[in-house]
Amino acid sequence: MDFNGFRVVWEGLTGHRGWKPLWRDPDPKPAYDIVIIGGGGGGLATAYYLATVFKEARIAVLEKGWLGGGNIGRNTTIIRSNYMLPGNQPFYEFSMKLWETLEQETNFNSMVSQRGILNLCHSDGQRDAFRRRGNAMILSGADAELLDTDAVRQMYPFLNFDNARFPIKGGLLQRRAGTARHDGVAWGYARGADRAGVDLIQNCEVTGLRIEAGAIKGVETTRGYIGAGKVGVAVAGSSSRVMQMAGLRLPIESHVLQAFVSEGLKPCIDGVITFGAGHFYVSQSDKGGLVFGGDIDGYNSYAQRGNLPVVEDVAEGAMALMPALGRARLLRSWGGLMDMSMDGSPIIDTTPVDGLYLNAGWCYGGFKATPASGYAFAHLLATGQPHPTATAYRLDRFARGLPIDEKGMGAQPNLH
Amino acid sequence: MLIPHPLLGLRDAQEFTYLGDASLMSPPPSDDPEALERHVHLRDNPAGLLRELWFHEQGDRSWLVVTRDTRTHEILGAELATDIRREGAR
Ligand SMILES: Cc1cc2nc3c(=O)[nH]c(=O)nc-3n(C[C@H](O)[C@H](O)[C@H](O)COP(=O)(O)OP(=O)(O)OC[C@H]3O[C@@H](n4cnc5c(N)ncnc54)[C@H](O)[C@@H]3O)c2cc1C
Repeated sequence: MDFNGFRVVWEGLTGHRGWKPLWRDPDPKPAYDIVIIGGGGGGLATAYYLATVFKEARIAVLEKGWLGGGNIGRNTTIIRSNYMLPGNQPFYEFSMKLWETLEQETNFNSMVSQRGILNLCHSDGQRDAFRRRGNAMILSGADAELLDTDAVRQMYPFLNFDNARFPIKGGLLQRRAGTARHDGVAWGYARGADRAGVDLIQNCEVTGLRIEAGAIKGVETTRGYIGAGKVGVAVAGSSSRVMQMAGLRLPIESHVLQAFVSEGLKPCIDGVITFGAGHFYVSQSDKGGLVFGGDIDGYNSYAQRGNLPVVEDVAEGAMALMPALGRARLLRSWGGLMDMSMDGSPIIDTTPVDGLYLNAGWCYGGFKATPASGYAFAHLLATGQPHPTATAYRLDRFARGLPIDEKGMGAQPNLH
Repeated sequence: MLIPHPLLGLRDAQEFTYLGDASLMSPPPSDDPEALERHVHLRDNPAGLLRELWFHEQGDRSWLVVTRDTRTHEILGAELATDIRREGAR
């Protein structure tokens, strides 16, 4: 089913009785060529590109809950390509380019809005680091601008520029960055994949992996055994649990990340702003709510909810940067499961089990990666070779001393 | 979360910093580089009970081994890491 202006008006006049489900709800077949575990952004995009770009057939996506009920529906929707290291930045820029044409590609209003992201700096050292990162971004073909205090003041006059401890000294602006409607992204890929023949199977939890002589044969699920030629795992925060079924331990800890939304307000913030001296970032949704968040809680968790100290910490960051926010009321908060890797970067790779592939370690930046994550994983599943922008995301990179550690924190997941 | 400190009673988890799985206390022998690499990088990361290291940074600066359910955040107990070391147990 397609959307267009005429259809919306017609349905509006006729009581909205003509809308149909966007995808089928099939029962699982006995076997598929390729089974993707996890119906989040990564899994759905992978299935979409497998079927459309790589012309694979007989594909299923198995989701334990409902499509898009994981982190793809819980994140704060920021998309950007402002990384520094050569293993990361070309990949995120590839993703940014896919975002720019996503809506034409899937014919779905994913509300991709290139409203710009501004990372604020509060010291001379931080400004130097931003200049270096900005140059790395430009070298990768992305855009970056270093702003001085006056330029920031022109954009956002209401920020607390003269905070005694954290004065605003400027910022790194990526104009092509922005936000997208997270659900719309999942639904667009889901509908596209379904139309290309992919079976999207919900309420189907994978409970075991059948492995014979070192090769994957299929998956045990709550809806019975499903045979598979290849299996791609894209389960975000649950990666360790699923790979444990293959006897593998991962360089990953699962953590909880929280986000918040205020009551609806008149338009006041037209881009994304991040505080460089505390854990706080904010944007305004099209409904008017201020969407903001901070850091992970910091301890291993599968609970999908966080605790109050982080709420307090984020609120303090908000007050330090935008004192006017103190007048807004908080409407909701929620949490999601992050698979925090040992270097803060993802893994898109083969595994020691033949035919079993892994897409994991997205930490709290996996939404912006959704198109490239799906494309690169589909490339790997279809061709056996890593996508040119994803060659560094190897599972064994830690053992080989080749981590991609943007923050320079070492093997401590809760610090990335 | 409140952590039942064996010496100080219930303390706010905010006073602590978190390191991770308590197995980090027992590194393998240093002449086995592969085991050492696994020790540094790989984790069980269980959904359920986890014994983990918390440092009472804003308190008595002791290391605790806390047993916690990662699915519910329920804390089942806390011991001094030095006691565990002394007993030679994990
Ligand atoms: C509060 C919050 C804010 C965030 N903000 C941003 C942001 O601003 N920008 C950004 O880039 N990223 C952000 N992220 C990170 C981003 O959302 C994730 O990294 C990304 O969505 C993970 O990939 P995914 O979409 O495939 O995951 P998910 O949507 O979580 O998909 C994984 C799916 O696997 C399913 N699954 C798990 N186990 C099984 C099983 N055994 N069998 C079958 N299915 C299974 C789950 O039910 C889930 O639906 C944020 C995350 C959170 C929680």
